[in-house]
Amino acid sequence: MELYERLAALARAGEKLPFWQEFYFKFFQAFLVNDRWLQYLEGVGTTLTVTAIALALGIVFGCVVAVVRVAHDQQRPGHKNPVLGFFNGVCLVYTTVIRGTPMMVQMLIMGLVVFASSRNFTVVGALALSINSGAYVSEIIRGGIMAVDAGQREAGRSLGLNYITTMVYIIVPQALRAVLPALGNEFIILLKDTSLITIIGGKELLYAAQGIYGRTYEQMFPLFGIAVIYLVLVMFFTWLLGKLERRLAQSDRG
Amino acid sequence: MIEVKHLQKHYGANEVLKDIDLTVDKGDVVVLVGPSGCGKSTFLRCLNMLEEPDGGEVWFKDTQINAPRTDINSVRRKVGMVFQHFNLFPHMTVKKNITFAPVRLGLMKQEEADRRAMELLERIGLADKADTYPGMLSGGQKQRIAIVRALAMDPEVLLFDEPTSALDPEMVGEVLELMKELARGGMTMLCVTHEMGFAREVANRIIFIDEGVVKVDKPPKEFFANPGNERLANFLSKVL
Repeated sequence: MELYERLAALARAGEKLPFWQEFYFKFFQAFLVNDRWLQYLEGVGTTLTVTAIALALGIVFGCVVAVVRVAHDQQRPGHKNPVLGFFNGVCLVYTTVIRGTPMMVQMLIMGLVVFASSRNFTVVGALALSINSGAYVSEIIRGGIMAVDAGQREAGRSLGLNYITTMVYIIVPQALRAVLPALGNEFIILLKDTSLITIIGGKELLYAAQGIYGRTYEQMFPLFGIAVIYLVLVMFFTWLLGKLERRLAQSDRG
Repeated sequence: MIEVKHLQKHYGANEVLKDIDLTVDKGDVVVLVGPSGCGKSTFLRCLNMLEEPDGGEVWFKDTQINAPRTDINSVRRKVGMVFQHFNLFPHMTVKKNITFAPVRLGLMKQEEADRRAMELLERIGLADKADTYPGMLSGGQKQRIAIVRALAMDPEVLLFDEPTSALDPEMVGEVLELMKELARGGMTMLCVTHEMGFAREVANRIIFIDEGVVKVDKPPKEFFANPGNERLANFLSKVL
């Protein structure tokens, strides 16, 4: 700390510091002064929370949309249910619009137009991410549902279970399991996309870095710092997902 | 118990079932045979509306099951089905496979269903498999458990759609044995199969479907001894 103060005084005096001293000074300034590492840590906490919320809601939205679309497509020709047709239309519009517009624009619309009066930027950001993710997840899950053997549905129905029960308890669990690698990928994309909530004021990892370089006018260390943090997080979760997948694969064998 | 009148089913221009009439009484064990592609399976699947008939009537007791207002789910509870590929639920344990539907439909409490499942598993000698997943079982074990799953609903009729066709030869016996036991116990059964030995021994009627209609409907002895139909005689000469 003393060393930092001395170097800071020198830097303020306009002295040109040797490389290592400058490195030490800037590193200290970006991460340690005023317990700034706490801000990064909070940022990581928010990033993970937002990712978790967005993933959970995204999967819920995704499942609902996927089931509606599959249910609509599986109707017998000539027996179309108009209510289902309506909801299928809504789902189609949803996926088309969400997948057809940039994430950043959606984020701004959610933050500055739809929830313009809300101060809870992090939650609004999480919601915007969920809605975005749901559209992609729905397509993943739809693929999973269609990949489940038709015999499973027939078995469920032949036991007297209705369509919804068969879907929810028999088809969707198997579909989710089949698409787990793809969902893991979606999770990692989400983890990185949380950085976008900074633009509407969500206090996430990037927001912490911006706050700090806004004070110090030194961008390199905070930005590289958070880049490393994102990378480590992603590598950790990739490893974890790989482990989970292997576990599931093991219990499937036999 | 089941009455089928002028049943028709086509896929596009392909008329699979042209005009099927059939009455099945309580306790009947009916075996359906015929050349492949003749519509035996399609016919069986029309009996619980897994395939929707394009014409005619299917009656189960006093309900017309292919009428638009019929609650098909309540009919299906009473009409069990066993599939060629077992179709056990791979993400549930054996016990859960058996108890899921009765509990979910409110027919039994979980404990009661568990007890019944264990009784049934005991009967087929697979009680030790109750907590394993279907993936760990042999084909014969899977099919016997699939039969037990259907039995757990206390059905009045069981439909078997080629129950032994996907099995290794050494496992066919155990499944047929269980089916024979059910037949002896008075269960009403309709069975699509290529197991002529089973048909001869267990069925009280064998039905030959060809060109979309029931061509022959006779007790086994007569069916094999005196086919009375050129195409059946031809078919039998190939399979026997």
